[in-house]
Order: sequence, then C-alpha cells, then structure tokens
Amino acid sequence: MVDQVTADLYVPDAGEEPLLAISSVSILRAAPVSRLSFRCRDDARAAAGKAFGVALPAKPLSAETTSDRIAFWLGPDEWMLIAPESDLEAVSAKLEAALESHPTSLVDVSHRQEAILVSGDRAVWLLNTGIPIDLDVSAFPVGSVTRTVFHKAPVMVWRTGEDSFVVEAWVSFMDYVAGLLVQSAGELSAA
Amino acid sequence: MSQPFRTHSGGRIDRNKQLTFQFDGEELTGVEGDTLASALLANGRHLVGRSFKYHRPRGILTAGSEEPNALVGIYRKGDQTPNLRATQVELYDGLKAISQNRFPSLDFDVGAVNDLLSPLFPAGFYYKTFMWPRAFWDRVYEPIIRAAAGLGKPPINPDHDTYGNLYAHCDVLVIGSGPAGLAAALAAAETGARVILCDEQSEFGGSLLSESDATIDGKSATEWVEDSIRSLSAKDNVTLLPRTTAFGYFAQNFVSLAERVTEHMADPDPALPRERLWQVRAKEVVIAAGAIERPMVFPENDRPGIMLADAGRTYLNRYGVKVGDNVLVATACDTAWQAAFDLADRGVDIAAIADMREKPSEALLSVAHARGIRVETGCVITGTQGRKRVSGALLGRVTSGGVTSAGEVTCDALLMSGGWTPTVSLYSQSRGKVVWDDTLGTFVPGAPVQNERSAGACAGVYGLSATLEAGYNAGEQAAKAATGKTAKLARAEANGADAGNGGILGALPHDRNASKVKAFVDYQNDVTAKDVKLAVREGMHSIEHIKRYTTTGMATDQGRLSNLNALQIASTSLGKPLTDVGLTTFRQPYTPTTFGVFANVSRGDFFDPVRRTPSHDWVVENDGVFEDVGQWKRTWYFPINGEDMHAAVARECETVRKSVGLFDASTLGKIEVVGPDAAEFLERMYTNPWKKLGVGRCRYGLLLNEAGFIIDDGVIGRLAEDRFHVTTTTGGAAHVFATMEDYLQTEWPDLNVWITSTTEQYAVCAVQGPKAREVIAPFVEGIDLSPDAFPHMSVATGTFCGVPCRLMRISFTGELGFEVNIPRRHGKMVWETLAKEIEKHDGTVYGTETMHVLRAEKGYIIVGQETDGTVTPHDVGMSWAIGKNKFDFVGKRGLQRPDLVAEGRKQLVGLLTKDPKVVLEEGAQVTKLANPPAGTSAEGHVTSSYHSSVLGRSIALAMVKGGRDLMGKTLHVPMPSGAIEVEVTDTIFVDKEGGRVNG
Repeated sequence: MVDQVTADLYVPDAGEEPLLAISSVSILRAAPVSRLSFRCRDDARAAAGKAFGVALPAKPLSAETTSDRIAFWLGPDEWMLIAPESDLEAVSAKLEAALESHPTSLVDVSHRQEAILVSGDRAVWLLNTGIPIDLDVSAFPVGSVTRTVFHKAPVMVWRTGEDSFVVEAWVSFMDYVAGLLVQSAGELSAA
Repeated sequence: MSQPFRTHSGGRIDRNKQLTFQFDGEELTGVEGDTLASALLANGRHLVGRSFKYHRPRGILTAGSEEPNALVGIYRKGDQTPNLRATQVELYDGLKAISQNRFPSLDFDVGAVNDLLSPLFPAGFYYKTFMWPRAFWDRVYEPIIRAAAGLGKPPINPDHDTYGNLYAHCDVLVIGSGPAGLAAALAAAETGARVILCDEQSEFGGSLLSESDATIDGKSATEWVEDSIRSLSAKDNVTLLPRTTAFGYFAQNFVSLAERVTEHMADPDPALPRERLWQVRAKEVVIAAGAIERPMVFPENDRPGIMLADAGRTYLNRYGVKVGDNVLVATACDTAWQAAFDLADRGVDIAAIADMREKPSEALLSVAHARGIRVETGCVITGTQGRKRVSGALLGRVTSGGVTSAGEVTCDALLMSGGWTPTVSLYSQSRGKVVWDDTLGTFVPGAPVQNERSAGACAGVYGLSATLEAGYNAGEQAAKAATGKTAKLARAEANGADAGNGGILGALPHDRNASKVKAFVDYQNDVTAKDVKLAVREGMHSIEHIKRYTTTGMATDQGRLSNLNALQIASTSLGKPLTDVGLTTFRQPYTPTTFGVFANVSRGDFFDPVRRTPSHDWVVENDGVFEDVGQWKRTWYFPINGEDMHAAVARECETVRKSVGLFDASTLGKIEVVGPDAAEFLERMYTNPWKKLGVGRCRYGLLLNEAGFIIDDGVIGRLAEDRFHVTTTTGGAAHVFATMEDYLQTEWPDLNVWITSTTEQYAVCAVQGPKAREVIAPFVEGIDLSPDAFPHMSVATGTFCGVPCRLMRISFTGELGFEVNIPRRHGKMVWETLAKEIEKHDGTVYGTETMHVLRAEKGYIIVGQETDGTVTPHDVGMSWAIGKNKFDFVGKRGLQRPDLVAEGRKQLVGLLTKDPKVVLEEGAQVTKLANPPAGTSAEGHVTSSYHSSVLGRSIALAMVKGGRDLMGKTLHVPMPSGAIEVEVTDTIFVDKEGGRVNG
C-alpha cells in the first residue's frame, strides 16, 4: 500500500490565507488547474491515456498521476483529467486529435469546480463530519478518489496521503463546504 | 457531609468532591459521580414530580433511562430543557433543576384535585367527553386541554447550543456495556476488528457497577470493568462511547447514536457541541441492552419511596445512597432478595421481605434468617399509605379463595420486583419479531432480520457466568461474520450474581374495593389496571386499540416498564392467551432525543447550501435586492435613488425596451451533450427536431415527461456536429440532467453520447435591448456580429474581453439579445465591464422581476409558472415545438392519451382587465359569471400577472378551459372585494409581429 501519491498539481493558492490552520488540521484553497471531463468506451481508453500522458485507470476509485497529469477514475466510462492551468488548450487539442476515430466526449470543466486541501491528524475525522463514506485507510486507501457528498453538497474526494485529502466541489457549493468544515473543526481547538 | 442518606464508603462516587445544586430553588449538595436522582435521594428527597393526569405525588422509580416519574427541567445557559430524566442527569456544581406539572409548588399542587375527581376521567375520557356541542371543541375544550396537557415547559429562545455530526463505520457495533456487551467488545476487539462500544450511561459496566459480591477472574466486578475498559481503550481498533445512546436501528445495519458531549459539565468549553449524532454503518451489531425490572401492579404502587428493587440496590452500591432507613421489599422474584441483603449489610432496617411465592428457595430463606430479616411468603402488597412519601403497606395473604388481610407494615421505602423484562427495543427496531418464552414468561428476540445478535439479558440470558459467555460468543461470531477473522479470547471466570427465579405479570390480587383503588400500570401516562380492564369491556380487544384508548405504553419508555403487565391484564380480561393479544412495535427513538441532534448543522447559514453567482459581490455593493430561487441567490431588482420595487421594475423594463439591459443568467442549467449520437439523443429527449439544426444555430427545446406533460424548456445551441450546448431552467437543472442520464443508462446504452454538467463552468451575462449589439461589440473578437452573419438564434465561439467565450444570440425579452458565456472565474470581470459599458448607452442592470415582466409581455411561458406538471405543449399553444415527422420522443405516446386530446382542456390565453390599473392576483380563479353560485367550478386560473410600464396597463396570462375559442369574450376573476372583469386576448402583448428580436 502506498502512503503518499504525487499530487504536485494541487498546490495552495499563492497569496490566499488558509481557511483553517490549527495543529490538528488545516484547510487551504488550491490554485486553479485545468479539468477535463472525459467520457469514452473501453476501446478508446488506451489511446486517450497515451495522448494525455498518463494512463486512464480502469480500476474503480483509483487515480493515475505524474507530476503534471492526473487521471481520476470516476465511473466505468468517466474520468476527470487534471493538468496545469496553462496546458488546457494543448491537452485538449492533443486528445481530440488522437481520438478522432473514437466516439468520445471531452468537456472543459476547469472553472466548474474548485479544490481545497484538507490535511492533518484529524482530517479524516473532520471530513467524516459530513462525508458518509468510510474514510478509514483500510477502506479508502491512499490514492483513492470518489464522488460523494459533504452534508448537502456533492464533492469529489481524493486521498493523497494517510492524513491528506483534496476535496473538490462545484464553485457555488464551496462556501458551504469550506464553511461547514471550518465550523465543525471548531471543537478541535477546545481545551 | 450533609446528605443524611449517604453511606460512609463504597460506590462509584467521590465523597471528597462535594457539589452544590438547586432543586426547585432549594440548595442541596451531592457528590461527584451522582446523578440528580441519586443526589436527591441522598438528601432524603423522594418526591420529585407530579403525575401527568392525576397530579399524584411521584418519586424516583428507577435508576435508568426508563424512568417514568422523575422528569425534571434543567436550566442551562439561560434557558430550560424540560422532561429530562433525573436518573440520567449527571450532577455538576451549580446545576439548577425544577420539578414539573405542579402549581404553585411540588408540595402543594392545585392540579391534585384531579386525583379526587378521577372517577370523571376514565380511560377514553377525551373521546367520550368532548363530543358535543361541536362548536365547543374549538373554543372551549381544545384550549383547556392544550393548557393542561404536557409536562414541562418548552424552551422559548433559539437553541444556543451547537450539535455535531459524525459518520462512522465499524465491523462490530456493541450496544451496551454490561457483562455481555463488555465481553462481546473484548472478544471482537481481540480479532483486530473495528469495534465501537457505546453505552447510554456515564460509565461503562452496566449492571456490574451495582454488583456487591460477584467476582470475575477473582477481581471485584468493578475492577474487572476497569481493567476491561483499560485494555479496550489501549487498542487502536476500538472506539469507546460512554454517554451515548443507540436510539435508532435502521435498515442495512445503520444505527444512530446520540452522544451527550457536554451536558454533564458545569462549565463546558463553548467550542464543544452539546451533543453529537453518530451515524454508524456497522457490518455486525451486538445488542447487549440488558433487562429492566418490572414494577408490581398493586394498589397505590406509585407513592414516592416506592422503587424498583434493583434501582434501590444500584443507588446503594453504585451511588452510596440508602433509599430509606426502614425498607420493605415486595417481590415475586429472587433478585430482589439481594437488594434486601445488601441494604441490611449497610445497616438499613429491612421491615420485611414479602414474597408472593409460597416457597422461595431455601438458600434465600437461610441468608435472610441469618440476617434476622422478617420474611413473609405467599404474601402480596394490597395497598400503601403516605401522601408524599410511603409510610406503610398493607399485606395480604394469597389463598386459594383470594386474599385475606395479613396486617400492616410501616416503612419509609418500598422496593419491588415483578421479575425482569429483556430490553428488546432495538431488536424490534431492526424489524425483528419477538417471540414468547414460556419458561421465562417474557418476550425475547426471535430470529435476526439484519446482521445482528442480541446477547445476555436482552436475549433472556441471566446470571453473570452465562451472560459473559453469551457476550464472548456474540463478539467472536460478529467479528468473524464481519471480517472472517477469529481469535479465541480466554474466558473470564465469574462467581456470584447467579440467575434468579420467579416473576409475575399483571395486576396483583387484593382485598380492596376494586372500583376505588388505583394500581398503576403505566406511571408516566397515569394508566391503571382498572383503565386497561375498562378498555377491554368497552370493546378494545387488540393491544393496538387498548394502547391508544388508554395510552398505556405510549410514554417515553414506550412501555418498556408497563407493556407486559398491561398485556397480562388485557389477556386475563379477555380470557385469551397473552400472545394472542399481541405486542406493540418498538420504534425509534429508544429514548427521547433532542431536536438539536436531528437538526444538527442544518441551521442558519448552513441550513442549505447558498449558491451565489459571479455578480453577487457587485450586486451587494450596488444595493441590488436578492430573491431565493431554490438554493440560488438571484438579483430580484436594482433600486436606485430610493425606488421601491414597483418603480425599479418599471424603470428597468422601460430601459430594456428602449435601450439596453444587463442580466445575470448564470444560474440557468447548462448541459454539454457530446458524441456522434448527440443529435439523435436530443431528438429522442426533446419534442423538437434536432438533426437538421445547423452548426452555429440555436433552437428552443421543450422537454416532456412520459405522460406528455411539460417539465422543462431551454435554448439549445449546436456547437459542432457532435456537440450541443443545452440550457435548462434554473430550478430544473439537476432533474433534467438526472433524467437524461437515466435514459442514457437504462434505455439507450447503445448511443454514443455523453452528457456533462457545465452549469458552473460558465458565467452568463445576458445583454438585451435595441442597443445590445453596440454594448458587446467592443469586447468581442473572432465573431462577426452583423445581423446577417449572426442572426437571431445563433451561437459561436470567440473571445470576450480577451477570454474564451460562447456567444449566443437569443432573447427572453423579445428584444435583440445576446448571452455571453464565459468561464466562471472571469465572470466577475466580464459582468463589471458590461455594467460599466451599458451606462454609456443609458442602459440598466435588471433582475428576475423585470425578466418575468418582459417575457410575460411577449407571452413566453415559464415552466412551473404557466405549467404545473399537467400541461401539454398544445395547452400552452406550443404545438409548433413538436417535430411532426419524428419517430419518437419522450412523451409522444403520452400526448395521444384520450384525456390529453379531449376538448375543453385549459389553454393559455392573455387576460386584459377592463380597468387597466387593476393587477390581477396570480393564482386567482377565472369564472364565467361575476358572482357564480357556490359550488361552480372555475373556468381556469391566472398564472402570471404584472403591471406593464411599457404598455401603461396591467397584463396577465391564464390557463382557461377552451381559452383559445374565447378571444374577445369577457370573463370574471372573483375576489373578496368583488369580481374583476377581464377580456380574453392572445398571449402576446408587445411587438406582436416579433420583429424586434431581429434588430
């Protein structure tokens, strides 16, 4: 079992104050990235991975990652492809060119969602105040990614280390998600 | 020490930590480790409340969460929480409690007159009494009943506490930490399984905390508990939750727990929540909820000082409190004898042990004899004396002919035991069906329905050795079932605390006047044996009927104390076996649970997600007024210079028609439909034809459900052969997306097409009005905006303010219009740029109200306003939107149903009031006559109604039966102030030729 995965694309947004910074957990806004929702049937998966630069995982809830590419498995025919913000057009063009003969769907959703970075000893506890799935490392190992909900908001969660997570939400839900996380973390500072 | 009934040593309390508290304003002391109940008893206070119906003085009956009498209000943070069980309230310094259901005081309560008037309040009293006259119900009976009903007073302020939530998963959830629960947790934890152990009490150990002489592995029971908890807490795979009640057992082993986090603290850190809801998904559950003792149903069995025997033992051994100085023990069961022995050993006088059985075991008799305790066998209590505290009891000898008096005994406390009732509540909640055990004379859990097992006393297994063994086995089996892993834990060896024999159900025989005495079955709801018999006489033969007629078993303990006695009384009265009378189902919650636990974080700002658009901050700065549209905050209107809404909307409307307006349309749903079969997919979903729509062109789409009714609409643009930009209504976005995905996955998995939500990828600025082109032109690159190159209903990609943009030329106002879609993070910049630009053209920003008026002036429908889920395209005059040559689409078959093609359906029409100043009320009925006779059906209803400043008069849309055949006819809209005359018109009020969109 890995205990850390490459998550270089998710870095704290420069100049932003942390949303939360206490000894047991911190929440930081992540800098923008390019996000492409990619859909295809199985026959195009290999070609897509080759064009993108990292293989599209077939294993449910898994991610393939390099320093500048991430492919998240989100469904049997659905992946979220992450690349640096400036690579959007190049990545799209390369994928479109490589997949001309395959039926696929590539949609830019870079601006649709935002990410926060949640890490620390109590990160799992904090996320589980609103996320109903089992985040124990035995059930949701490092490297796992899934869509789920945080209270009433849909989110995507990626575990980058035993105590570190990337949480993505649609932009208009992020105030709710981050706000409730910060509120729920309040008791961690109790004497 | 000022607590006269406190023992000098022993118990789970710290006598060195004295605590001061108030009860009804009186200052009293207790010690750390006390509950409010034990502290009151230590002070010799038994009278703690008045009963619900008869206002009889009541004392503490139990030592657990099933307590029916000792319900108190606790003051905290300036407010009061009512109906807390004093047996569960942990004492802290400064605690303030009040008794309930008494006026003016607990000692003198005027409501007690109800007890004397009780012949007037039989079972079914409300059903019988308040029948006539009918008018009296609203004005007299109900207000009086409401004022008299209920126990505590509800808090009046908003709850200033916070509540936490935590989702948790485990292999084995163990509920209850008595011997069975602890053994189960130890055994399961040993395998490495993830274990959660919860207990409603402040301390783990359950019945072991009250044990006096039993040993486990040579240690005292409490030492063994401490060692066991120490070993469990050292394990990473174990979560220990004291003060945590498993109150709900739901489907698929989903169990909810309420943890009381700070309520026991005098001065908790305000950062901590009051309570935490644990939502646990357990692979296996071990229920080790134990058993509770049954009261005996003898006359006047409710006086303060009368208590369950095991509770008396618990107060002595766990809390170091003697329940009296001279205690009478009445029993039909062995275990109560131990209470007598423990009390005697602590120097309490035992007035007598009165056992109903002719021949209790020799062993018990000899122990009693050795202590010099008077024993009466074949002896029953036939009544008690004392008003606010029991002072004596009448004894009766049970003979074949009945009961004969056997004298009186004085006492200051009476401990009773009718035997034990397994706590099957959670098993019952798990949907399990209890079965009758003839040997035990009680119901026990039947076969498990979920991945669950009951262990120990809650399954009818008594005696310490057997209970521990059952616990170990349950824990091992549960862990194995959950994880496949096993580990054999060495069994602890127990000595003492053997299972007792005996028990009795139902009303006890006596020699008193049966019509005069009260023998309580359900203490909290003041139900007597007589009431149950009366219910049977009056025709209630099922326990479900008896329960509702008498309210027995409907108190907060859900009949855990009373059900079996009530059943036995009913069974005897009916002459039917007890099992034929039936048992009611236990439901969630197991014990009363605060609303705060359920509401949890969903309050205030976090009641629901508040979704804001990119223009939000600008709108706030510019004093725009918001309205809630689902979760979205949308700008309603923009008042300037102190305008009211009417003036602001009038100005906005006129400005848009005259020059130009800017509107934030970001909330509209957007779905990108991509793939070679994209056109085919839309062809099947929407009523309109799509295959021939050219790239770069837009079309209005209408979406129906299978029944043929309109459920959504929106403009769809074709970006490429295989790519469409679909828009939906704001409110319909999620539903339309889910519906499309549903069809794709279940009906047409063969289509090569995928849908992606892009609602939040794009911010949308709508620029509408004759000058719209001039406003946007300076910022557009890569798109020829000339009317020929980019006509109405076009879409193109280019850049706007230097950022990528999808520009659509569409209109929901009837004016020349563009919708600028830009990636969301640039939305604020583009909005602010356009807001500045429109000023140069004497334009305005406008909100949803103006948008509504402008579209109504054009007769454009809003799904959900003109339509209500029963409206077809034909009804709203939109048959043109249905592709005539299409093979199929969702709703095509539905539209052919006879009802939908019948004459006389409501149709969309315009209405013009005869008086142009009158604005109709939306939702108002439309009738043929000004004053139709009562019972006349309406011809239709008003769906939209506004003042149109552009026309200088009111306009309205309405759905009216056969409306399109009524053009020019006069109808009426009856209102409380008189009918309003209206003329039926077509639906387009402005620019009937429709030329303006082509500007």
